Amino acid sequence: MTTLQETEPREREGVRREALHFAVRNGKLMAGFGIVVVLLVLGLVGPLLAGGTPNDYGTRPMSPPSAEHWLGTTTFGQDIFLQFVHGLRATFLVGVIGGGIAAVIGMLVGFVAGYRGGAVDEVLNMLTNVILVIPTLAVLLIINAYLGIRSVAVQGLFIGLTQWPWAARAIRAQTFSLRTREFVDLARMSGSGTWRIISREIAPNMSSYLFMTFILLFGGAILIASSLDFIGLGPTEGVSLGLMLQNANQWSALQLGMWWWFVPPGAGITAIVGALYVANVGLDEVFNPKLRET
Amino acid sequence: MRRYFSRKLLIYGLTFFVAVTVNWLIPRFMPGDPVAGMVARANVAQPEAVEAMRAYYNDLFGFDQPLWQQYVNFWGAMFRGDFGISIWLFPTPVSTVINGAVPYTLGLIIPSVLLSWVVGNRFGAYAARRKLLDNTVLPVGYVLTAMPYMWLAVLLAWALGVIAGLFPVAGGYSFSMRPNWSWTFVLDLLHHWTLPFLSLFLVALGGWAIGMRNMIIYELESDYSNYLSALGAPARLIRRYAFRNAVLPQITGLALQLGVLVAGALVTEIVFAYPGLGSLILKAIQNQDFFLLQGTFLFIVLGVLIANFIIDIVYVVVDPRTRAGMAGAQA
Repeated sequence: MTTLQETEPREREGVRREALHFAVRNGKLMAGFGIVVVLLVLGLVGPLLAGGTPNDYGTRPMSPPSAEHWLGTTTFGQDIFLQFVHGLRATFLVGVIGGGIAAVIGMLVGFVAGYRGGAVDEVLNMLTNVILVIPTLAVLLIINAYLGIRSVAVQGLFIGLTQWPWAARAIRAQTFSLRTREFVDLARMSGSGTWRIISREIAPNMSSYLFMTFILLFGGAILIASSLDFIGLGPTEGVSLGLMLQNANQWSALQLGMWWWFVPPGAGITAIVGALYVANVGLDEVFNPKLRET
Repeated sequence: MRRYFSRKLLIYGLTFFVAVTVNWLIPRFMPGDPVAGMVARANVAQPEAVEAMRAYYNDLFGFDQPLWQQYVNFWGAMFRGDFGISIWLFPTPVSTVINGAVPYTLGLIIPSVLLSWVVGNRFGAYAARRKLLDNTVLPVGYVLTAMPYMWLAVLLAWALGVIAGLFPVAGGYSFSMRPNWSWTFVLDLLHHWTLPFLSLFLVALGGWAIGMRNMIIYELESDYSNYLSALGAPARLIRRYAFRNAVLPQITGLALQLGVLVAGALVTEIVFAYPGLGSLILKAIQNQDFFLLQGTFLFIVLGVLIANFIIDIVYVVVDPRTRAGMAGAQA
């Protein structure tokens, strides 16, 4: 017993160090996270440095990128760089809230269904499948249309509430394969409760999988939020990258050839989501020795 | 097989029930009063007139009845095909408005989804385990899947429409034409259809290619592939077996992606002002036309359910294990 307790922390430390060793040498992971971090810092610091409110009308409308307005201005003279850095904040926020809520619900449903099995699994699985089939955006359209005042946080909340089913399904399948392992049997025999087994035995053994699920949910939430913004159901106040695209479309930036209005927000979203996907592949390689190239 | 289908049908039935119930619940239990909103929009000053209007609307929508009665009425009206009357195109019934838009959306979404699925799978299968192709297909695929649908649509419209002038960037057909079945009109229709189709096709393509590539690599590492290659089977043959196995999860993936694909079609239509359901939704939101919005919602849900069921049937045809009543596709 004593020897077991002595070796365990050291072993865990070793696993962590090995993962870190491969993580810093993985180009995909580093490049992906690098892009996300740069954009995150830009979103956090940019608004402080640039100053001013993003939706203020300026004096020089429709001007292309210049030294004064780095990314040009809109039809109303709003500075697009300022909108972009503020929009990044909203986009990250909606990803964290939406992805976070979806991950929590997905984990709860997936763990309980996968571990308990039987009737509980049957009911939860049915619920998951039903919500999985309903087209998410259509539901979000109805909900947001009836909300008089919309904010980024509420948008993220509803995205989280509708996005979780596929995560729940994936986590349930993983839990299924873990619950008949010996160490889980051992924990059960030693009298641990369901929650303790799930949180101490099952979850840590698939922590990398859970983290990757969260990353995918994060990216998905950003994409859905941008679609909602674009249809005109974005936050009623403030800016987001999706809202910038919507404004550009609504005020015919395309026909007027104002490429500096619609290129940056879309590029921002693509960069964040694409970098997350690439980082995810990198993470997969770090945690799964079979996939490593070297 | 009967078990498989009855289970699927149960799920779809439940889903439809939940969707209709949500559709009924949201307007009634959301903060805010739609009737008050409609009365306010009418801009009437006298209190008596406001009261009369409120009573009229309450009576029209049956808000004065008990809740369960309203719920039953809602289902009844739906089965009669009565989705209410559009406010934006008053007094056209919502079902008529939607029927006019559905062909455009279907004409856009069915070819783009099927083609991107087929082409993406081919690309992915071909790129797997081929260093040079893999290094090009994979990054391009990731950029494509990460793109918001409307952004690629805007970029295409800008590059091929506005700058190159090859394609029109708005509408389903030229404004100078009336819909008819002449060749010039059909050609015009196709001309307007090309760009929205292309952007939907491209965004979806990346995801399928990546998925297929990963599946093929997984299959090529499995025992039967190793066994075949140990026997000296040609690589082409092994790949063909791997492809047939790898296609099954991709069919399931198609069913799972339907919601995202529909969402993509809606925003793409908005970019191109294409006269399908997407543009209808935009108009409904701009004009606070909740009947139209809710009718469109039900149509989309119904369409996705039908598509899911068709995919289930295809799966049974493709995978003999489901026919034999063995595992295979999970619900």
